[in-house]
Amino acid sequence: MSAISADGLMAVERQVAPRSVRRWYRQPALAFGVVLLGLIVIAAVLGPLLSPYNPITQNLGQTLLGPSAHHLVGTDQLGRDTFTRLLYGLRNDLRIAFLAVVSPFCIGVVLGSISGYFGGWVDAVIMRLVDIVVAFPFYVLVIALVFVLGPGQRSIYIAITLVGWVSYARIIRSEILVAKRQDYVLAAQSGGLSAVRIMARHLLPNVVSQAIIYGMSDIVQDILAIVALGYFGLGIPPPTPDLGSMINDGQNFMTTHWQLTTFPGLVVVLVGLSLSLIGDGLADIIRPGQA
Amino acid sequence: MTIGGAGALSGAGTGGTVLEVRDLRVRIAARHGTVRAVDGVSLEVARGEAVGLVGESGSGKSMTLRAIIGVLPPEAKVTSGQVLLDGVDLVPLSNSDLNRIRGPKISMIFQEPMSALNPVMRVGYQIAEGPRVHLGYSKAQAAERALELMRRVGIPDPERRFRAYPHEFSGGMRQRVMIAIALSCEPEIILCDEPTTALDVTIQDQILRLLASLCRESGVSLIFVTHDLPVVAQLCQRVAVMYGGELVERGHVHDVLLDPRHPYTLGLVRSAPDVEYVRESLVPIPGSPPSLVSPPSGCRFHPRCAFVEQDCRVQPTPLRELPGGRYTACLHYERCEEALADRIRP
Repeated sequence: MSAISADGLMAVERQVAPRSVRRWYRQPALAFGVVLLGLIVIAAVLGPLLSPYNPITQNLGQTLLGPSAHHLVGTDQLGRDTFTRLLYGLRNDLRIAFLAVVSPFCIGVVLGSISGYFGGWVDAVIMRLVDIVVAFPFYVLVIALVFVLGPGQRSIYIAITLVGWVSYARIIRSEILVAKRQDYVLAAQSGGLSAVRIMARHLLPNVVSQAIIYGMSDIVQDILAIVALGYFGLGIPPPTPDLGSMINDGQNFMTTHWQLTTFPGLVVVLVGLSLSLIGDGLADIIRPGQA
Repeated sequence: MTIGGAGALSGAGTGGTVLEVRDLRVRIAARHGTVRAVDGVSLEVARGEAVGLVGESGSGKSMTLRAIIGVLPPEAKVTSGQVLLDGVDLVPLSNSDLNRIRGPKISMIFQEPMSALNPVMRVGYQIAEGPRVHLGYSKAQAAERALELMRRVGIPDPERRFRAYPHEFSGGMRQRVMIAIALSCEPEIILCDEPTTALDVTIQDQILRLLASLCRESGVSLIFVTHDLPVVAQLCQRVAVMYGGELVERGHVHDVLLDPRHPYTLGLVRSAPDVEYVRESLVPIPGSPPSLVSPPSGCRFHPRCAFVEQDCRVQPTPLRELPGGRYTACLHYERCEEALADRIRP
């Protein structure tokens, strides 16, 4: 008899469970974000195929050309095709941003779990570290760190990791503080499972979605940081294309060749917009489904 | 269900003592003072025996269980006493030492199977985890073991259910999963914290029969916490009654529930409905449970007791042995006999 009622319940649940799967494209904002980011990523990945030009080779005979069929967005002051440089710059900045999010994510999740699960002096030490980092504005600290470490990709990774982990640590810690009071943690403890196992296998899968949602908006922040660094000349050293340095270079020709700064800026806006839409949409889907 | 069928489901426990709790005390540091949640509880559980632990909410039943298995909340501490499992005291053990005992020797079942199962982990993996960790099983062996356990606790179609999530199960099936997890490393004793309270009566009966058959066939011992007296009568051989963090009465289920020797037990029995034996209207116990921060002097039940005498207010009331291998904390337990004689005489 219980088997029948269990089956009946399962049938009902099966209709309810995929709600989050069914719903994602019903949210216009999320769907738009996904499509937009998809296009951007495709453009970045296929960059070398979409353009016949080399982004670095200078062609001093064809500097500062206007938009044309050959050069969709014209050329810059060194005769390089701006559209090509946009694609390659996007490619570099996206790659760095996605990679730069990984290590703060991992460090923050691990330290936040430890902090929340064990509490006590461990928690106090980790949270004071967090307070120290949080006391400074994100961009100010990243720029200062890169300035000290010297320009380049490695410095960007290190700076973003040192500054970025705190948000993940805070989010995961607060989620763990709530989750560790749940009965399933008690059950795992009374089943003789180690603290590491309980954190990794039981608590994290229940709380990590919050960090993933935050990760989406964090990528936006990282891209903006990378672009800002490039703009200040602290990012990827020239001649490697980067949206920030393109904006900075184009600034000198703002009055005559507006497209040199405007299009890299627009690309940054589109990337940020798509990631923000995805982050918000994911949050709407994942959060209610958690209960 | 009548109280008459004392321990009818499971056979009497035979064999040596598995678990002995001696004078266990648990203190909880709270904002308004120290709560004496468990105050000198002593219990003995024999192999294959089911011992009921009854009392109202806040009487310290669950805290006793959590202290035994060492999963007290951080603000609670065992201040004295011993928990002897096969002669080994668990109280001074470190967490990593305890982790070698929890699972293979002692495990626990909770009241709400939904919240006690990890919502994002497939049930098969949750059952297989214990054997993986404690018995050193390979992934395949552990999965095989999980399927075997699911069959043993009566989950139909285990191959398909193995990959399901807890929310896809009904309440009774979830509790069967909990039992399978608790059984997964063949412990000697399972602590049950009101495992049937959240279930409806027919499912409750199935779960009780399952637990009883485990006692009978596998020799597992149980401590069964509940406030449901008929459930205790159905499952347990012996029962201990808790009030205000203390044991007030202990003995064979038949004796304690049919012929109580403590006014609190008498009150509990009288306030439980009995369908088959319609008696006079239910009699509530007046008043409310004592504060465990500053418990009443003397007998903790005295402010609510109908038979209270002057000495009850001052004299401490440890458990005393009565003829017939039973214990009571009441100084004037003969008053219960008189009350019962007046009431039940035809």
